[in-house]
Amino acid sequence: MLSKRSIKRESKLFALDLAIRMMDLTTLEGADTPGKVAALSSKGIRPDPGDPAIPSVAAICVYPNLVPYALERTKGTDVKVASVATAFPSGQSPLEAKLDEVRWVVGQGADEVDMVIDRGAFLSGRYAKVYDEIVQVKQACGEAHLKVILEVAELGTYDNVRRASLLAMAAGADFVKTSTGKLSGAATLPVTLCMLEAIRDVHEETGRMVGMKPAGGIRQAKQAVQYLVQLYETLGAEWLTPDLYRIGASTLLNDVLMQIRKERTGRYQSPDYFTVD
Amino acid sequence: MTELEKKGKAALVPSGWDYAPAPESREIVRIDERYGHFVGGEWLEPRETYTTIAPASEEPLAEVGQATPEEVYGAIATAREAFENGWSGLPGSERAKYLFRIARILQERSREFAVLESLNGGKPIKESRDVDLPLAAAHFFYYAGWADKLEYAFPNRRPRPVGVAGQIIPWNFPLLMLAWKIAPALAAGNTVVLKPAETTPLTALLFCDVVRQAELPAGVVNIVTGDGRAGAAIVEGDVDKIAFTGSTEVGKAIQREVAGSGKRLTLELGGKAANIVFDDCALDQAVEGIVNGIYFNQGHVCCAGSRLFVQESIHDDLVEKLKRRMKTLRVGDPLDKNTDIGAINSRAQLEKIQELVAAGEEEGAEIYQPPCKLPERGYWFAPTVFTNVAQSYRIAQEEIFGPVLSVLTFRTPAEAVEKANNTPYGLSAGIWTEKGSRILWMAERLRAGVVWANTFNRFDPASPFGGYKESGFGREGGRHGLEPYLEFEP
Repeated sequence: MLSKRSIKRESKLFALDLAIRMMDLTTLEGADTPGKVAALSSKGIRPDPGDPAIPSVAAICVYPNLVPYALERTKGTDVKVASVATAFPSGQSPLEAKLDEVRWVVGQGADEVDMVIDRGAFLSGRYAKVYDEIVQVKQACGEAHLKVILEVAELGTYDNVRRASLLAMAAGADFVKTSTGKLSGAATLPVTLCMLEAIRDVHEETGRMVGMKPAGGIRQAKQAVQYLVQLYETLGAEWLTPDLYRIGASTLLNDVLMQIRKERTGRYQSPDYFTVD
Repeated sequence: MTELEKKGKAALVPSGWDYAPAPESREIVRIDERYGHFVGGEWLEPRETYTTIAPASEEPLAEVGQATPEEVYGAIATAREAFENGWSGLPGSERAKYLFRIARILQERSREFAVLESLNGGKPIKESRDVDLPLAAAHFFYYAGWADKLEYAFPNRRPRPVGVAGQIIPWNFPLLMLAWKIAPALAAGNTVVLKPAETTPLTALLFCDVVRQAELPAGVVNIVTGDGRAGAAIVEGDVDKIAFTGSTEVGKAIQREVAGSGKRLTLELGGKAANIVFDDCALDQAVEGIVNGIYFNQGHVCCAGSRLFVQESIHDDLVEKLKRRMKTLRVGDPLDKNTDIGAINSRAQLEKIQELVAAGEEEGAEIYQPPCKLPERGYWFAPTVFTNVAQSYRIAQEEIFGPVLSVLTFRTPAEAVEKANNTPYGLSAGIWTEKGSRILWMAERLRAGVVWANTFNRFDPASPFGGYKESGFGREGGRHGLEPYLEFEP
């Protein structure tokens, strides 16, 4: 229903601008190289070289090994560096290995850690294990922000999504996140709503404000705006900030830039006018 | 940089993020200055007229005929002629062709109809576009499919049409109710004289254009307009069957009138549906269902979930969630696609709602309305919820037919059933629980024509719809919906 709200002109520009500020610009490939990450970081800092009014993205999200290269580029800017960790994307490694990985990326200087929950443990009913892992990872994070990836496509039901969300929040997650982006059926509006409602309930019970990060499958500006409308009508204006909402995306940025250009000039520009990094 | 500075940078939110108005253009539909009665495929110049308006702005839209008894009797005679001279003798497959054609034309012209429906009735375009029109077309498609399978639908009973059906429909779903009435009647081989509600005649009159476009034989569908006097003339006239959807009061009067006349009758009347929420339900989904149940179409829905029964243990949480959800409902221009709640259909209806709401406050119920700015012109009522309601209050007993919800509590399933059934009506009910066995246990005991589980206001042409007790009798929709339009071998 909310995907049919009408967002135009100023409110659209506001939404598109916000979508960029909330974006975790992501590359998570086996083929990632220092060069690729450096290029992506530059893109995140200054998405449109021709337009200084375009804000930077919230963070660059990479694999642990590439954290130093992202940090090197983003030094002195507001752009944060997030690293996936805990045997991403499957989470099927011993806890010690996971904690070592987290300590390592935080030691390198990552601002944020995107961990995955142990779905195997969750689906076999060992909730305490899932919970303990998150608690320990949170400790290992220290000052770094912790986003907990539920990988909703593997959880199967909304009941499970809600349960996992509550579990993650109780264990100390700063953010809950839908997906690794490695499976189809990643972020959807319904599953995001389910998680937002869990966040809302936690806020009501405890006053704690937990962030939300849909990731995977959000490729078009129009989708991003729909997610923002959903956020606005579910959690309210307070949550319309990169501190509490992120969009994990690898290809969304250029479509947003194209839409901003279109709003300003009234015309669509060829994709060649937006840098590919 | 300190944490505070970071936060300061991140706090970008302007005071309000407003959606842009997105009104549907009225240009798509042409409204004549004056309409007559549609009889025998022709427009007859009416002897008397009245003005029909847009309830959102009180702006006059057109002059429409007020049918006199003679005009109505003329239309019935024309319908009888068409029945006897051809239509009833057509093979079912031929009748089906016309119905399929009407369904397709409705789909093709759906935007036009949706805009007109919202303009004349006040309902949000979101609803007329996404609910009324698709369902109306679906009804014609569905009954088109039955037209040549009546023998199969009622084996060994030799079904044949009853003759001329007089049909009187309400203003809450003007075109959809027309489809509910005309599609099964025609599929069964009858001809019809239909009267749309006094306040919402325009889509029925536009439908005449579809009838012509589909080249339906003249006189099979006749449409006369006007207030209750025209309806009374239909009831008194030489019709074989009467189908009425509307208020219980008028329904009773019709039943008295036709008693002993041999005319067949089906009535679909008022309701005061119970929407029952158990503590194990998915609360946020239930809130959506409650909102849909009572605020859909401004509460102008005979099966609206107007009595909310909440298990006492979750009452406070649920009411809190409900109030918050109500704050995001957008009341305003029916043609704006952002609008969730449109205009009240008429001044008379608005006054009735105001009267009952005042009674509720006086009786001691606690009222809540979210802050919302209502337009100055037109008929408007903010979404309203009453808590602290007792079963004995008028707002828990009488049908309000507006966006007003009464919240009551219960302790056990048995108590919920008892209270839910404790009403003169019995049209619909809703159950919210994650427990399947409880759904079945409740559904068995609730005296209501439809029981929805974990959803509300869901319609499908294949599903029969109708009431218990003062909500009426006879079923519309599904195979059952054909029965009132057929006679059978004894």
